[in-house]
Amino acid sequence: MLHWVTMGAAIIGLLVVAAIIWRVVDGAWPAVKAYKVAFLWHNEWNAVTSKFGARDFIIGTVVTSFGAMLLSAPLSIAIGLFLSELAPPAIRTPIGTLVDMLAAVPSVVVGLWGIYVLAPFDARHLAPFLHSILGWIPIFGGDPHSESTVFTAILVLTIMTLPITSSICRELFIGVPTELEEGSIGLGATRWEMVRTVVVPSVRGGVVAAVILGLGRALGEAIAVTQVIGNFIPLHLSLFSPGDTIASRVANQYQGAVSDIQIASLIYLALILLVITFITNYAAQRVVKRFEFQRTGGD
Amino acid sequence: MSAQPISLKATGRARRRLLVNKLAEGTSVLAAVAAIAVLALVVWSVGSRGIGAINLGFFTKNPPLFGESGGGIAPAIVGTLLLVAIATVFALPTGVLTALYVSEFSSRRFAQQIRLWLDVLNGFPSIVIGVFVYALCVKVKVPVLGIGRHQSAIAGGFALAVIMLPLVARSTMEVLALVPNHLREASLALGVSKWQTVLRVVLPTSMGGILTGTTLAVARAAGETAPILFTCSIAAQVVVWNPTHSMLSMPLLIFEYSESADPTQHQQAWATAFLLILFVLVTSLTARLLLERSRRKLGLQR
Repeated sequence: MLHWVTMGAAIIGLLVVAAIIWRVVDGAWPAVKAYKVAFLWHNEWNAVTSKFGARDFIIGTVVTSFGAMLLSAPLSIAIGLFLSELAPPAIRTPIGTLVDMLAAVPSVVVGLWGIYVLAPFDARHLAPFLHSILGWIPIFGGDPHSESTVFTAILVLTIMTLPITSSICRELFIGVPTELEEGSIGLGATRWEMVRTVVVPSVRGGVVAAVILGLGRALGEAIAVTQVIGNFIPLHLSLFSPGDTIASRVANQYQGAVSDIQIASLIYLALILLVITFITNYAAQRVVKRFEFQRTGGD
Repeated sequence: MSAQPISLKATGRARRRLLVNKLAEGTSVLAAVAAIAVLALVVWSVGSRGIGAINLGFFTKNPPLFGESGGGIAPAIVGTLLLVAIATVFALPTGVLTALYVSEFSSRRFAQQIRLWLDVLNGFPSIVIGVFVYALCVKVKVPVLGIGRHQSAIAGGFALAVIMLPLVARSTMEVLALVPNHLREASLALGVSKWQTVLRVVLPTSMGGILTGTTLAVARAAGETAPILFTCSIAAQVVVWNPTHSMLSMPLLIFEYSESADPTQHQQAWATAFLLILFVLVTSLTARLLLERSRRKLGLQR
């Protein structure tokens, strides 16, 4: 009896996944029929003429997410190393918990902070500084004094992905057998050489998966991004100008959609996001699986 | 010829290696300090800007009309409590039963599939889940429940439940895996049936872990904005108790006020954010500490 009840519950979980895919595809269908695949590279969002396309949203999503991972991946690995190898045991757990708490801050609060604290700081200090030394590169060109920029969105996403990636990295590094580490130190390696030649290589796959999982979070973050990015297309080459992402556009238009075709186009955007995040997460799972297999197989 | 004293100072290659090592260690310390500094900065800026607006009226009054000062966020507090309660009603039984099935009854292969799809569900962007629930029970009429064709707290709560389900299920699975097998075997050896064993032995042993796992999921759901954006966002500015109607909630209030032109609303946004952050951080911290303890207790029994 209980067997069947629990099985029913487990099947509900699977049904929810199926229903999400079904309802999103179904809801997007009018737009898929109207704009076909050309939606992906068409670039316009005009409710008056009912012309909708996703190009700059897709580019914006890719730029902000990869930009954020470029910053957060090395930082996360460094934090993971600090918490697993460097920090005195007594402070490891408290500091690790504090870093994890960063993930518990609701995204709308990060966004609020982003608008009124981070964005003005960017516009007044950080962006002009970067512009003054790197301004000859087009992505750091343009006017560095505007608030609501792609650059601020990247920083916000960095903050939000940092705790996810770093806590997985910490677990991975802790899992590296102590004998291997001691062997390396015994042969005269410095701590950094041990990390570089033993710790990181032995969990390389896991670190990649951790970064991909962080990337998945960055790709799908809607609220905090829509608060700081300025919701504007066409995109400008400079990071110091406003932009938009898929998730941010969907979130931003929640009350503004008037026609059925506009709602369908928004759901089409959600469908694209669903496909992208599905692929990244699935890839991460596969890497983790293969990695677990190697670890157990190698012992 | 006098003997040269041997210097213990590293030179050449060794010096460079030590220098690189110091540099790497310093970077990693800096990174950790930076992460904590950001957390402190966020909490401090939210706290210092928000605390001024918090008084008794803030908890009991309705939001002010545009231009008016004072007022409170009572409808949003009630709304968030109701939304989270609805979400928990949906997600807690489903999640716990799913975990029980996976750890006690299911074949290994099916269990693996369920785990995989729960992880996939966990990876879905929350905005997509909002869009899904919008297409499922806001855009169209839903029979029986009396919702549909308009936003409602049931729809919003359901969207939050979809967020909570994988969290509850995965954390319960982890706790169930820690229940020592000899407890199950002892019960079965006494002639107790399988389902009695699960209900009377396995579940009570892991209750603490399940509760803390659920608390973490609740803390997460309480702060989510994206799932309720399409499902429960257009609402009257008064306290609503009827779950078939749309209602205000704290994250949405912060979201809307953050883009408002009215400085009074900014302060309300900061104050609401302060309450929300306080609630989320305190519950997550306590739940984690308790989880750690119940894990250790189960671990010792083994």
